[in-house]
Amino acid sequence: MDPLFQFLLRLGDNTLVLGHRVSEWCGHSPVLEEDIALANTALDMIGQTQLWLGLAGEVEGKGRSADDLAFLRDAWDFRNVLLVELPNGDFGQTMMRQFLFDAWNVTMLGKLMKSSDQRVADIAEKASKEAAYHVERSGDTVVGLGDGTPESHARMQAALDYLWPYVGEMFASDEVDAAMVKAGIAPDPSSLRDEYDALVTRVLTEATLTKPDSKYAHKGGRTGYMHTEHLGHLLTSMQWLQRAYPGAKW
Amino acid sequence: MYAQLIKTARSGITPRDEMTDQEREFQDRIDRNEKIEPKDWMPDDYRATLIRQIGQHAHSEVVGQLPEGNWITRAPTLERKAILLAKVQDEAGHGLYLYSAAETLGESRDELVRLLHEGRMKYSSIFNYPTLNWADIGAVGWLVDGAAIVNQVALQRTSYGPYSRAMVRICKEESFHARQGYHAIMQMAFGTPAQKQMAQDALNRLWFPAMMMFGPHDSDSTHSEQSMAWKIKVKSNDELRQQFVDQTIPQIEYLGLDLPEPGIKWNEERGHYDFSDPDWDEFMDVIRGNGPCNVDRLAARQKAWDDGEWVRDGLMAHAKKKAAKLAAE
Repeated sequence: MDPLFQFLLRLGDNTLVLGHRVSEWCGHSPVLEEDIALANTALDMIGQTQLWLGLAGEVEGKGRSADDLAFLRDAWDFRNVLLVELPNGDFGQTMMRQFLFDAWNVTMLGKLMKSSDQRVADIAEKASKEAAYHVERSGDTVVGLGDGTPESHARMQAALDYLWPYVGEMFASDEVDAAMVKAGIAPDPSSLRDEYDALVTRVLTEATLTKPDSKYAHKGGRTGYMHTEHLGHLLTSMQWLQRAYPGAKW
Repeated sequence: MYAQLIKTARSGITPRDEMTDQEREFQDRIDRNEKIEPKDWMPDDYRATLIRQIGQHAHSEVVGQLPEGNWITRAPTLERKAILLAKVQDEAGHGLYLYSAAETLGESRDELVRLLHEGRMKYSSIFNYPTLNWADIGAVGWLVDGAAIVNQVALQRTSYGPYSRAMVRICKEESFHARQGYHAIMQMAFGTPAQKQMAQDALNRLWFPAMMMFGPHDSDSTHSEQSMAWKIKVKSNDELRQQFVDQTIPQIEYLGLDLPEPGIKWNEERGHYDFSDPDWDEFMDVIRGNGPCNVDRLAARQKAWDDGEWVRDGLMAHAKKKAAKLAAE
C-alpha cells in the first residue's frame, strides 16, 4: 500500500474516531459550557477528518471519497492509534484522553506545516490553529481538575494511569514513517517525543498529577494489526446507515 | 416556542383604572413599543411571567440536544455529522444565551436548572417524542425549528429588551437550521424508496407534535391575555399555528410526500389551509409527564448534572486556589 495513503489514513482516522467519541457526550456533559465546547471539539475533529481522508482518497486514486473511507472500511483497515478509540469513561478520562492526543496533534501539525507536500502543509496549517486552541482548553481542564478537589484529583490520576500506556503508540515508527521522512513529507514520530514530553510534563506538574513510571506501550492501532474490542462497536453505529442502505445519497 | 402553557403570574388582565401610577406608566411604555430593560421598574408579575417563559425556552434548547444527539454518532456522512454537531452546538449556545437573559431578571441558571430537575419547570412538549430514523433529524430542523421560528420571529418584538435581542440572534441560526433540515429531507424524499419511506414516516409521526408546539387553542389558553397586553406574547397560538401550516403544506407537496393527515385542505374562502386538531388529551398527557420520552429525557439531564458534580466542584475549587494564590502575590 502507498505509504502516503497509509500516513493520511492514520491522521484522518485519529480525528474521525476521536471526533466520534467526543460527540457521544452531546447533551450529557457536566455543565452547559462543556456541552458547547465538546460539540465544538468534535466538529473540528470531523472537519479535519474530511480534509485528511479527502486527500487520502485523492492520493489513493481509486475514486474513494472521504465518506467512502470513513463509512465503508472495516476495523482492520482503520489506522488510528488505540488511545482515541478507548471509551469516554467519566468526563475526566475524556478530557485526559483529549489532552494526551491534543498535545501530540499540535506538535505533529506544527511539523507538517513544513511538509514537502503542499497539500499536507495546507491542511496542517488550517488544523494547527484548532489544535492550538484544543490543547490549551484540554490542558486547562486537566490542570483545573487535577488541582481541584481530592475527588477530582483522584479521578484525574486514575484517568492518567489508565491512558498512559496508550501514549507510546503515537511515537512508534515503522516503514511508512521512514518513507515519509525520506520524502520530506512528515517527521519521524519518535522525533516528536521530547517536545511532547516537555508540554505534557509542564501541564501534569501544574495539575499536581504524577506521570506513571511504566514505559509499556500498547500498540496495533496505527498499523491496523490489532485494535481494541471497542472499535468494532463504534463502527457499528457510525457506519450503520451507509451499510444498511448501500448506494443511497444522504 | 419552546415555551407553552406559560402561566401568566396574574389571572385576567388588570383594568387601567385599577393600576397604580407606576403600573400605568409601565403599560404606556409597552404600548409605545419601548423595550423594558433589566434595571427598569417592572411589575413583579411581569418579571415572574418572563422568567417562566425564558426559563422554559432555555430548558427546551438544552433538552433538545438529546433527541438530536441520539443521531450524531449515526449520521450517514461526514458532512451531515458536521452539520448536526454545529446545530446542536448552536442550540446549547441558545440555552446559555437565554439563561443569561433570565439572569438579568434576577433568577440564576442553577435555580432554573434545579426547578427543571424537580419537574417544577417544563420544556417544550416536542422533545418528549423520540427520533427514530435519520429523516427525523431532517424533520426536526424543518418542522420543529420551522415551527419555533414562526413563534420566535414574532418574539423579536417582545417587550423585554434582552429577550427580544436574544430572539433576533437565535432566529438567524434557527432559519439556517430549518433550511438544512429541509435539505436533508429533500435528499431523502427524492432518494431511494427506503429513504422516501423514512421521510414520510418522520413527517407522519412529527406532524401533530409540531402542531402542539403552539400550545392550546386561543379559546382554551387562559393565560394569554395579560401576556399579550404586556407584549411578552405577541401573536396568539392559533394565529401562529395557522401561519406554520400555511407555509409548510406547499413544502410537503413539493417533496412529493403524502399529507400527514386527511383534514388538510385549502380553504378558498379563508385563504388558508384547514387542518385537524392534534389530540389535545395526548398533549396534556405529555405536559403532565406521560409522553413517550419524558422520563428518559429528564433522567438523562439529571444524570448529567449528578455525574458532573465532581467536575463543577473540582473546577470551582481550582479557581478559588488560583485566586487565593494571586491575592497572596
